[in-house]
Amino acid sequence: MKFERYGLGIIKGMIVTITHLLRHPTVSQYPEQRLNMSRRIRGNELIWSREKCTGCATCAKTCPQGAIEIVTSTNMADNRYEVEKYQVDTGYCIQCGLCVEACPYDALFMGYSYERAQYRRGDLVQANDQLLESPERPASGYFHPEIAGKLPEQTLLLEKIVEKKK
Amino acid sequence: MTIPDVYIASLPMGATPPDWPGGYWWHWLFFSVVLIAFLLVMVMAAIYIERRGMGRMQSRLGPNRAGPFGLLQPVADVIKVLLKENIVPDNADKIVHWLAPVIAFVPVAMIFAVVPFRDGAMLVDLDVGILYVIAASSIATIGVFMAGWGSSNKYSLLGAMRNVAAVVSYEIPLALSVIGTVLITGTMSLNGIVLAQDIPYILLQPLGFLIFFIAGCAEINRSPFDLMEADSELVAGFHTEYSGMKFALFYLVEYAEAIVISAIITTLFLSGWKGPWLPPWLWFIIKTLIVFFVMVWTRTTLPRVRIDQLMSLAWKFLFPLALINLFITAIQVLVWPDGLPWVAIIINIAIMVVLVVAWSKFFKLGWGRLEV
Amino acid sequence: MTLKTEPFVLNFGPVHPSTHGVYRMRATLDGEVILDIEPVFGYLHRGIEKLAEERTYTGFIPLTDRLDYISSMSNNMAYCMAVEKLTGITVPERAEYLRVIIAELQRLANHCIAIGSFFNDAGAYFTPFLYMFREREKILDLFDMLSGQRLTYNYMRIGGFTQDIPDEFLPAVRKLLDTLPKFLDEYEFFIKENEVLLARAKGVGVLSREIAVNCGISGPVARASGIDWDLRKADPYSIYDRFEFDIPTCENGDCYDRYRVRFMEMRQSLRIIEQAVKDIPAGPVRSDVPHLVRPPAGEAYAHIESPKGELGFYVVSDDSIAPYRCHVRPTSLINLAALREMVRGWKVADLILIFGSIDICLGEVDR
Repeated sequence: MKFERYGLGIIKGMIVTITHLLRHPTVSQYPEQRLNMSRRIRGNELIWSREKCTGCATCAKTCPQGAIEIVTSTNMADNRYEVEKYQVDTGYCIQCGLCVEACPYDALFMGYSYERAQYRRGDLVQANDQLLESPERPASGYFHPEIAGKLPEQTLLLEKIVEKKK
Repeated sequence: MTIPDVYIASLPMGATPPDWPGGYWWHWLFFSVVLIAFLLVMVMAAIYIERRGMGRMQSRLGPNRAGPFGLLQPVADVIKVLLKENIVPDNADKIVHWLAPVIAFVPVAMIFAVVPFRDGAMLVDLDVGILYVIAASSIATIGVFMAGWGSSNKYSLLGAMRNVAAVVSYEIPLALSVIGTVLITGTMSLNGIVLAQDIPYILLQPLGFLIFFIAGCAEINRSPFDLMEADSELVAGFHTEYSGMKFALFYLVEYAEAIVISAIITTLFLSGWKGPWLPPWLWFIIKTLIVFFVMVWTRTTLPRVRIDQLMSLAWKFLFPLALINLFITAIQVLVWPDGLPWVAIIINIAIMVVLVVAWSKFFKLGWGRLEV
Repeated sequence: MTLKTEPFVLNFGPVHPSTHGVYRMRATLDGEVILDIEPVFGYLHRGIEKLAEERTYTGFIPLTDRLDYISSMSNNMAYCMAVEKLTGITVPERAEYLRVIIAELQRLANHCIAIGSFFNDAGAYFTPFLYMFREREKILDLFDMLSGQRLTYNYMRIGGFTQDIPDEFLPAVRKLLDTLPKFLDEYEFFIKENEVLLARAKGVGVLSREIAVNCGISGPVARASGIDWDLRKADPYSIYDRFEFDIPTCENGDCYDRYRVRFMEMRQSLRIIEQAVKDIPAGPVRSDVPHLVRPPAGEAYAHIESPKGELGFYVVSDDSIAPYRCHVRPTSLINLAALREMVRGWKVADLILIFGSIDICLGEVDR
């Protein structure tokens, strides 16, 4: 192989590199600047609605990992299942979203937040009232377009290069 | 004659030794410490420029959390490295393993003794300045080879062998390309070379500059010739088995050698400390950092060459070109004995272009596939 | 008088900065020249084919994501096509167009990583790698908009997709089609004629046509050796016969040609996406499929042109809600069959480069 192009290829490469020096870096400073996540993000947790859930356990049967555990008892007076324990092991969950799609009563949502790391593995198992929706645990619009319409728009790298904080 | 007398005799005409208190030996000790401290501060600036500059060229920021604008990042690196455990492999040769970083670092610091910061401002003004520089820069290779051997690790030995082969091959073009400037100046003393540069020698000796730059990058294992510590091939080459302060010394050696080669390029080709309004030592530092930035620039852009391509580049490309450069410079010095005129610049640049183009057409870079 | 040398074995262990995953090679070296190579893999074996027998047909789709985790949508698509062939479900028109758009976007994203890490193995210290990753980020943002995740999408279902695309997807794809060609031109200007790259990659690791055909190599590796075989033209699946595009091939079969083929394929993918975005009809995105799919007893094999080669799924059903057997034709493993022939006689530095130019993904090799 010969030393082709007489060094011109190297010079062309160096021109491209030096023009990048003068451009904006495509970087966002993480804790100070947070980008908006996708409206359909399958975040790190599940949101459960106690009113709508009937204890049919379709979600538990659909989950590929078996991360949902439901314990019900019968309530003869109202003729419905009483859900005693609804427990999700978010450490075992792979965030596939099949449970959300399977629920016939729209009682289950994926979470919108993604910073849910805990210090102990036992803290990742969430049950009953820990799974309800609250301002700190918003629901994402995955498979629920009415919630997706209300969430902020996603930041796309195509649209804007994030301003660097400097 | 005692050493102080030799020192006073070596001063340029008209210069007087400063009357620092304590006499000659205290003067020497104080300025040696000042030079080593200067070297370490320049290394920190070099690390900063490299990480931030390379980051910006890759469209990301460099480190910017440790201190304002990330200025204290090298300090944080040094503290982290000092706190690490010093692991020595069981089969290693203890003395060789311990001495290797020391032998790699000391020659690099020694070179700074002859680099001029101002007219007459250097630790010692040797008459054979440039020869001393080339000799001292070769000793660092022994340290690298000791590191590879004393680690009892196949990867390290492979890296060290490559390093020795490459450095020895590139010494020759390095030395030959410098002789062109010495011929034009007439003296080997670095201060004399700077004083004689009314036209910076990068214009009068473009081929020499190119050869010195490439050979210098290869000597200090810098990309595109950094296969001695190829991150993606041999984990880390000859310093795989080092941790703690010894690794810090190797890391320091890499950047210190880069700064030293930049400083020598500035003195030889870019007219050292000369320049308008600013004080001379500031010009020296600015020019050194600019040359270092060009090295960072090439590191960011070019992939790595293979070992046999490296050796072919040294022996078949740089060595003949250096000889031809020497020959042509000698002819020019004979024709114009009292300084080269402006037209020599045009001639030299034209010769460089012709030679590079002609040589690129005719030589083959490395072997192909071998039959097994 | 020749020097007596002795070959020694060097282990490029499973944990290595440059093998793309946990792949181990034991190379017999004579100095720097490679005499022989022995691959050892299986460090990422997760038993996905066995797990298929215990999940439902729909529940297996998240697991197919994790086979070739760099181009997940292609895996989803191949599996869904196999099950649709088994049950006889037809996919609506809009879903077919969307499948083509998404498969070509996935090809772009995969080639970004393939080309970027090829240069990283050559030693160009992350600069081309990061430029390519910037473009891949833009594509991953689009996929994030569709499915909610950036790497393991789980977006395709048997019979189409889970949800329709949001309104801002198609305008964003059009914007990507405007900006990406300029980036590709700048990248070519940057690295195509670089002498060091030419010296490193031209003529290195030549794979001849005969060996490629005999080993069953497919994908860009085969096309770089001159074999004009692309499943999108040779055995058209989905609606690929409605689009107009070329199949780039090169003659030599060295590392440089493999890089060139991938680069030219990126441009052809842009052409396909442009045509598909113009013609996409309205309509449903999922045909009427029950929640638990239960195909009749039988077997089916569906193959697609995934970015790495021919990816096939062979599904056997025995009339229950879980597959009886599901076998994956692993593209990367079969492409690795020719590694030993390509590498012998070259040096250590070339081994890393040749290995990187085949572009494997360990999730597929080990399953």
